[in-house]
Amino acid sequence: MVDIVVASVLAVAVGVIFWAWSLGYAGVSALTAAFPPLAGLYTGGWLIAGVLGALIIRKPGAAIYCEMLAAAVSGVLGTQFGLSVLLSGFIQGLGAELVFLIFLYRRFTLPVALLAGLGSGVFLGLSENILYNLEWAAQWQLLYVILTAVSGAVIAGGLSWLAVRALARTGALAPFASGQTGKA
Amino acid sequence: MLFGRKAGRSRAALRSPAPSGSPAPSGSRARPAAVTARGWGWRHGGRSASAVSGLDLTISPGERVLLLGASGAGKSTVLHALAGVLGPDTGGVEHGTLAVDGAHPSDPASRGRTGLVLQDPDSQTVLSRVGDEVAFGAENLAVPAGEIWPRVRAALADVGLEVPLESSTAALSGGQKQRLALASVMAMEPGLLLLDEPTANLDPAGVVEIRDAVGRVLDRTGATLIVVEHRVQVWAELVDRVVVLAAGGGVLADGPPGQVLGDPGHRETLAAAGIWLPGTAPEIPEDSGASWHPGRGDGSLLLSARGLAVSRTNTGPPVLTGADLSLAAGTAVGITGPNGAGKSTLALTLGGLLRPHTGTLEAAAELAGAARREPFRWKSGELVERIGTVFQEPEHQFLTATVLDELAFGPRRVGRETDGKTLDRVHELAQRLRLDHLLQANPFTLSGGEKRRLSVATMLATAPRILLLDEPTFGQDARTWAELVALLRGQLAQGQCVVSVTHDAEFVQALASRTLRVADGAVTELPSTPAAAVQVNP
Amino acid sequence: MQVRPDGTAAAPARPGGSLLKRANPLSKLASALLLTLAVLVTVDWVSSTVVLAAELALLPLLHIRIATLIRRTWPLLVAALIGAWGTALLAEKTGTVLLETGPLVFTSGSVAAGIAIGLRGLAIALPGIYLLTTTDPTDLADALAQKLKLPHRFVLGALAAMRLVGLLVEEWRTLGLARHARGAGPDTGAAARLKGFGGQSVALLVQAIRRATRLAVAMEARGFGAAERTWARSSTFSGVDAAVFGAGLAVSAGAVAAAVAAGTFNFILT
Ligand SMILES: Nc1ncnc2c1ncn2[C@@H]1O[C@H](COP(=O)(O)OP(=O)(O)OP(=O)(O)O)[C@@H](O)[C@H]1O
Ligand SMILES: Nc1ncnc2c1ncn2[C@@H]1O[C@H](COP(=O)(O)OP(=O)(O)OP(=O)(O)O)[C@@H](O)[C@H]1O
Ligand SMILES: [Mg+2]
Ligand SMILES: [Mg+2]
Repeated sequence: MVDIVVASVLAVAVGVIFWAWSLGYAGVSALTAAFPPLAGLYTGGWLIAGVLGALIIRKPGAAIYCEMLAAAVSGVLGTQFGLSVLLSGFIQGLGAELVFLIFLYRRFTLPVALLAGLGSGVFLGLSENILYNLEWAAQWQLLYVILTAVSGAVIAGGLSWLAVRALARTGALAPFASGQTGKA
Repeated sequence: MLFGRKAGRSRAALRSPAPSGSPAPSGSRARPAAVTARGWGWRHGGRSASAVSGLDLTISPGERVLLLGASGAGKSTVLHALAGVLGPDTGGVEHGTLAVDGAHPSDPASRGRTGLVLQDPDSQTVLSRVGDEVAFGAENLAVPAGEIWPRVRAALADVGLEVPLESSTAALSGGQKQRLALASVMAMEPGLLLLDEPTANLDPAGVVEIRDAVGRVLDRTGATLIVVEHRVQVWAELVDRVVVLAAGGGVLADGPPGQVLGDPGHRETLAAAGIWLPGTAPEIPEDSGASWHPGRGDGSLLLSARGLAVSRTNTGPPVLTGADLSLAAGTAVGITGPNGAGKSTLALTLGGLLRPHTGTLEAAAELAGAARREPFRWKSGELVERIGTVFQEPEHQFLTATVLDELAFGPRRVGRETDGKTLDRVHELAQRLRLDHLLQANPFTLSGGEKRRLSVATMLATAPRILLLDEPTFGQDARTWAELVALLRGQLAQGQCVVSVTHDAEFVQALASRTLRVADGAVTELPSTPAAAVQVNP
Repeated sequence: MQVRPDGTAAAPARPGGSLLKRANPLSKLASALLLTLAVLVTVDWVSSTVVLAAELALLPLLHIRIATLIRRTWPLLVAALIGAWGTALLAEKTGTVLLETGPLVFTSGSVAAGIAIGLRGLAIALPGIYLLTTTDPTDLADALAQKLKLPHRFVLGALAAMRLVGLLVEEWRTLGLARHARGAGPDTGAAARLKGFGGQSVALLVQAIRRATRLAVAMEARGFGAAERTWARSSTFSGVDAAVFGAGLAVSAGAVAAAVAAGTFNFILT
């Protein structure tokens, strides 16, 4: 019960942080407009919710649930992707979820977090290529996936892991599995 | 409403709405619940000391109990346990037995028997519409849909919250939110009503309104009541029993209000335990530093505002306009006024955190030093050594993982960490504010009153020239209240300026503050209390 | 208060208003999903144009002022333009060369692809806006739990969290001020600001978790979490819903059919 509410609120909070982040970085859009695949480097931010949720809650389904909800939040705060964010959220959450599943929801170390971010990033890149970048020439699509994968691993995986460590230090995670084992 | 009570044991029986023997009204209210505790105790996860221990208590159905105790004595813990929300998954350990109507509160059989109103109304609002919010509990208890709306309307009428069911819960004032929380619980028709400091942060008018609303609800439903509140006065009329929790475990006193609070034999013990006794002023200890006496404070000017209008956001409309005021060294200023009048917004602006909407706010050379004249332009490092603002919500300002680090953070930030005296000061503060046994605890796990003291203490440790405190005394027992007053007097004596936003009239008087009243979008200065009259009123 | 003949008071009436406001959120959601799906499965200007035209024709149903609409949709227009530009830039260079300056080459084929992507982006974005402006999240949650039978604990947990969006945005600001007051505010310099942003983010997450645990306690104290629960407001379907769903179905089928007929249908998985 607590898990459900915390997972939900976490997803919302990540959505809000991402919103705050994008407020200050309008310049990024100008840069990526010049060469669109660069946008891939930025996409890891969308993927934080799934990885972070799973790292904290440590239960099956957490990654998909958090990622979908964060997608819905971005829908509420305004996005150009319409309802398709829900589909994207599911696919991206799935990418992370599968990695945690491979480790049977037992390991939540930095490498696993990085892998989960990577998985999420690859799923994001592939799905966006199919859904939106369909007309791009093949080499650009490939470049895009590579960039989203890197971004996913570094931003969604690495930053989430750092965030969980910082959160554990504040004691906020005490009621959860992630807080009781000390270091994630 | 028929329930066995010894005649004369309580006034509640006399107040029963329906004369004995009359048929229960349709949609009849749930039976009042009984509470029993036998050697009950609870230790929170991560703590070595128990929050509550050795509690023996029997409360009969329909009784109205005021639960008192020093801050940190475990009152909230008891209420949470009775509401069945002290989950074992938080790592806590339970001792002894606790039962509501014979069943453990977390037992499924107890679901819906208790209704808990938490201290902070904001954190307990679940849904975005008033009607849905009140219906939520009844829905969870699987009340048939047809019965829910009549219950919702009855509950809202009981607490006197007359807004459309469709209105937004986010747009309510503090007092309205408190009523909403009460109504949401009443719609579940609980047999046991648990209120944790239900009037904290309400203005005096709001306090009376909530008290009366609770009275009305009880008269109609006959539910058992346990209310926690430090200020006895407000509730003494409504309750028929006072239970005082001892900080070390067990019960310190138990009986009818007149007897517990009036008995001269008890007074000393209770005063030592920090209970507010009607008719007596808490004894304020001398501060170790320079001695304070009322009427000081013709010190040099530190900060002045001319034609100041303040607003929460850069673009929003001002909540108050045309404020002219000056803050001088060694003076205390109290800011009072109804909820939502803009006191906190004014404090944040004076504290250099919000940009003045219009008008000027200027630091005198003595305060500004090498920095610019407008506090709003100061960098973080410049600000902390000049003006210290304590927010209304303590948790917003916690930065570290232990109470000790939290207290030491400010002095470190202003570059005084090498100074051995700093650490002494930190320990002195912790000891006087009774946080010394919590130095390694996580600030977020403290009790409500402890959090408040800690956030004030962090600024006392930093000791900037101007202290801006938003509701510094809420949730304090008489002893910690008196210590706070003493510490602030010490600051005043050293030439600091203390500005407090507060509903606590006694506190304003104890510091012999100038009083500014914020209401209807303007600030007015109230005639100052003559120094001779400065004493704490009963 | 409405009182039924049997004496029980009815649920508070939902405000009337536009057709779309009266429809059940599920029918709107289904309809919007169909439209989204129709444009998602193919990248071609015909299907996108059909859907977009139908969406624009429905604009009056929104009862929304033009100024408001523009304020809400201009980011979508910009995004659609950027999408179009990106595809024109990166698509296979087929057809005749229209423009060649340095590394930038635009051909008739790549520009056509860009236009199709731009139109498609708009056609995808608009249903979301429609749904958002005409639907109360509470009603959507009611419908999801009652009609779709999604587990109510997740639906209500998510709903309660969504209510916090505004509060957390507010909290972000307050935390910034509170940290500034304690000397932990951002100092100058990009690195310091980045560090400040990180600290503030962690603080927001801490607040979010705290809020969530307290909220969970409050919900639990009000009986939340049992397997059975009733719904004070029942989610219902009416004729309006048949119309909304029917329209969505017709437009999406029509769009795909038109694309196939025009020979432009371009399935994304091929
Ligand atoms: N979640 C928690 N984790 C660890 N310790 C806790 C937790 N909640 C409370 N405590 C500790 O338990 C003790 C009792 O706390 P409780 O909140 O019950 O006190 P209280 O009597 O309500 O105080 P106040 O009047 O200040 O609200 C305190 O020492 C507090 O620090
Ligand atoms: N974070 C906020 N954002 C926008 N408006 C706010 C915010 N907080 C308060 N307000 C509004 O600003 C006005 C002044 O609020 P403020 O908090 O300054 O009042 P207050 O006098 O401190 O009240 P209280 O006694 O309840 O603390 C109120 O109308 C309130 O609704
Ligand atoms: Mg308490
Ligand atoms: Mg205030």
